[in-house]
Amino acid sequence: MSELTSLTIAEARQKLRAKEITATELTEAYISAIDAANGQLNAYIKVTPDLARLMAKNSDARIAAGKAGDLEGIPLGIKDLFATVGVHTQACSHILDGFEPRYESTVTQNLWDDGAVMLGKLNMDEFAMGSSNETSYYGAVINPWRSAGSNQQLVPGGSSGGSAAAVAAHLCAGATATDTGGSIRQPAAFTGTVGIKPTYGRCSRWGTVAFASSLDQAGPIARDVRDAAILLKSMASVDAKDTTSVDLPVPDYEAAIGQSLKGMKIGIPNEYRVDGMPDEIEAIWRQGITWLKEAGAEIVDISLPHTKYALPAYYIVAPAEASSNLARYDGVRYGLRVDGKDIVDMYEKTRAAGFGKEVKRRIMIGTYVLSAGYYDAYYIRAQKVRTLIKRDFELAFDAGVDAILTPATPSSAFGVADENLAADPVKMYLNDIFTVTVNMAGLPGIAVPAGLDQKGLPLGLQLIGKPFDEETLFKTAHIIEQAAGRFTPAKWW
Amino acid sequence: MSVDLATVKRVARLARIAVSEDEANRMVGELNGILGFVEQLSEVNVDGVEAMTSVTPMAMKKRSDEVTDGGKAADIVANAPVTDHNFFLVPKVVE
Repeated sequence: MSELTSLTIAEARQKLRAKEITATELTEAYISAIDAANGQLNAYIKVTPDLARLMAKNSDARIAAGKAGDLEGIPLGIKDLFATVGVHTQACSHILDGFEPRYESTVTQNLWDDGAVMLGKLNMDEFAMGSSNETSYYGAVINPWRSAGSNQQLVPGGSSGGSAAAVAAHLCAGATATDTGGSIRQPAAFTGTVGIKPTYGRCSRWGTVAFASSLDQAGPIARDVRDAAILLKSMASVDAKDTTSVDLPVPDYEAAIGQSLKGMKIGIPNEYRVDGMPDEIEAIWRQGITWLKEAGAEIVDISLPHTKYALPAYYIVAPAEASSNLARYDGVRYGLRVDGKDIVDMYEKTRAAGFGKEVKRRIMIGTYVLSAGYYDAYYIRAQKVRTLIKRDFELAFDAGVDAILTPATPSSAFGVADENLAADPVKMYLNDIFTVTVNMAGLPGIAVPAGLDQKGLPLGLQLIGKPFDEETLFKTAHIIEQAAGRFTPAKWW
Repeated sequence: MSVDLATVKRVARLARIAVSEDEANRMVGELNGILGFVEQLSEVNVDGVEAMTSVTPMAMKKRSDEVTDGGKAADIVANAPVTDHNFFLVPKVVE
């Protein structure tokens, strides 16, 4: 059975179409793999075997009838942030206790329309707020990767930690994820998987639990670049139900894979060399530059002078939007209710019991920066800085740069319950230092595995593209993947 | 800028989150840590810079003002903690 779960989406697709395997066999293999592993990895918070079997059976019927969709019979894991009809959707928060939506998110509906099979809902940081998956109400996810010769439990990154761990451990063929400040790319880098955050507006946000609406974007985490391209083509759409969905046709991303880099200009931003960055990160970055040069791309130094201000600006904009979005959790319409002596007491007790520490912290920051007297000094200033961050990128692209190469994260995966990080929230926030600029500017960014560090843990590189030029990212990431190879954790679970 | 205990309690009240004395005290330190971190934005010269309102330049989509969906009262209240005849129930607000 383990052979079936080792197939990429592209490989499984070919075998399903050739009728060498059935969707039912493939789905059963994944259900068995989840049963055997989830007790240790905690990647899934809800497994839906009956639904998966039914969807697989329907896929087999469509394949037999010659009506297979692009993802027919491919078993996927879904981040708990996406609304799925009648199935656990809680953004891994206690405040959405028992919530089972009566509607389907556009992104997941697109996947089911293409024939994909749902295996279950994946663990994540509560409301996607975190970089280690430890803020989940359902407990931490354990990274399938371990340092060589060590049994220490490592985090898979966050917030899409369940998605990244499930893909890396072959507990699904691919997964949906979301990225507000790095929540697809950082966990992808920590688990040796490929994750792309598309341009803001490419995937509909309808039916995705909102964190920071001007930054949130859905995207896939997959085993390789081609699978990520296949998944994004299905997830992306033009959607009348999301006013920020952009009215552009979805290209065939897979067709970009294998194209030449000749004549391309890759920008290397000096500002992404930060104090205290391990030499290994610097080395893998240089290695990436060499690979792209060898593939025919021209390498140019660029400057993105406002880079260092992206993270502080993010920690005003994102909490401000979160405090507004999360106002809806009041114990009246859905989820948890804790009774009080009057309605305000009920609101306060419900929200005190329902939100975890990190979520409360961000709601508090957001409420403060939006409060009377502070709005201009914090929020408006941060939005002005955001304009400058975006302008830095525009100037680089106007000067002829096609894509920008950076490290994906400032370190490899760290330990679960790291005391150093727990003591200072800002230290945890620094995980997103290379990824958050991309959300602030609304650009597409892909994280692709580039090698292992001395401990044997994966390191990723990030490519940043022009708005709606995901094709260039897939084509360039594929060159890195071909040079670096693919990385799979040794099975211990 | 930094916050004191009274400010934390006021903000918690605005955010409708009950906080204990211990939690409020802890939050003073945490919030000041974050506010200290974002303070570096004051170094940036933002004279004449427009505040971002939309990250992707786009015109607001419009649609005709017509009913496209509805008749789903039972679906809408399905997940509510307390309901009665398709109404949400809350503690008495007016005596």
